[in-house]
Amino acid sequence: MLIQTKDLKKIYTTEEVETTALNNIDLKIDQGEYVAIMGPSGCGKSTLLNILGLIDNPSSGEYRFLGKDVADSSERKRAGLRKSNIGFIFQSFNLIDELTVFENVELPLLYLGFSAAERKKRVNEVLENMALMPRKNHFPQQLSGGQQQRVAVARAVVARPKLILADEPTGNLDSTHGEEVMNLLGELHAGGTSIVMVTHSQAYAEYSQRIIYLFDGQIVSENIQKKFKL
Amino acid sequence: MIRLREVTKYYSTGYVKTFVLRNIRLDIAEGEFLTIMGPSGAGKSTLLHILGMLDTPSEGEYYFYDQPVHTFKEKMLTELHKHQIGFVFQSYHLIDDLTVYENLETPLLYKKIKGSERKSLVAEALDRFHMVAKKDLFPHQLSGGQQQRTAVARALITKPRLILADEPTGNLNSKEGKEIMEMFAELNAGGTTIVQVTHSEQNAAYGRRTIRLLDGWIQS
Repeated sequence: MLIQTKDLKKIYTTEEVETTALNNIDLKIDQGEYVAIMGPSGCGKSTLLNILGLIDNPSSGEYRFLGKDVADSSERKRAGLRKSNIGFIFQSFNLIDELTVFENVELPLLYLGFSAAERKKRVNEVLENMALMPRKNHFPQQLSGGQQQRVAVARAVVARPKLILADEPTGNLDSTHGEEVMNLLGELHAGGTSIVMVTHSQAYAEYSQRIIYLFDGQIVSENIQKKFKL
Repeated sequence: MIRLREVTKYYSTGYVKTFVLRNIRLDIAEGEFLTIMGPSGAGKSTLLHILGMLDTPSEGEYYFYDQPVHTFKEKMLTELHKHQIGFVFQSYHLIDDLTVYENLETPLLYKKIKGSERKSLVAEALDRFHMVAKKDLFPHQLSGGQQQRTAVARALITKPRLILADEPTGNLNSKEGKEIMEMFAELNAGGTTIVQVTHSEQNAAYGRRTIRLLDGWIQS
């Protein structure tokens, strides 16, 4: 089991007001699954994704990632798990403007302590796959939105994570480039990577195997798309 | 520091040339704080991108410390951009799965800077930008102003000689915007050259000289 949560809750407290962002989240995701999370703005989709990605903490409840209890583990442990197992893709691309395309993609490998030779090999390989080689010395600001998101996908996959978390990955793209990113995710999934994606788009959600609907912080329904490949 | 001579930028579509910048002649001395103003579409951002070597002129000459940038190949432009220029954008571009500390550290990881020196540079930046208490948080746990402060800190951590800022306070409320502008003023007082593009007269007042662009021409 890749992800297992039980009665997960997230509460934000500001002065006198308590807001429940997530409530009663029971979720199981197997390795190799492709799950989409849908729901209106403010329903808790991104909060859930941040907790699953170990960049936010639940207020209470259980969270097991790869069988390990991570709900209350130390930031050091969580960082280790996160950096070696999870790749992130965000709506706003999250590229560093001061770094070239090559360096942006290289970043996760630096944090994992790969040798320079291995980094070069892996980065070139993934840039080649994503048709980004001619752009490798460019800065993000010199690329179109579609190209920037391809770079972000390249960075998310370069360390070969078990899980990709994508938060509205097509939100800033036109439909052609949006579809391109969805096809890249589809290929990664076919190669065995698990994917959890937050999206507003029903059409894009249907690329997944299972759609989870959130409303007011709770899972209100699930819809299995296709038979799981075994 | 910077000398532009008859810099022109146009885009060709078929037989039609669309001019974005026309005959720009501009000198910027080391230590200046220059503001570029003008209506949308006047060519402000294009000019800033050319100054930052992220874009190249169609015609004309650009000298950076007397080096003829307009003759340089892409690789040299990349190097110059990286070592001399800090670019600050309207939107933050932080990495959401890295902490504030890690976001600040990233540009240093590529510069063969020793671990201990990296630590002290990051500590200094956290201190200067009042982010020490936030260093282990992720961007989504910060306010807009704190995110922009982190982005500015990261753009400046390698101590560039020239800061180019494109509407750096565009997404901030007035208090947060003022904080950023005061930081720029402080850096400028310390000798860093700054060129900012802004719509705001208030922000322009922090600069010492303003040029106005209209339809790609410098007006004053």
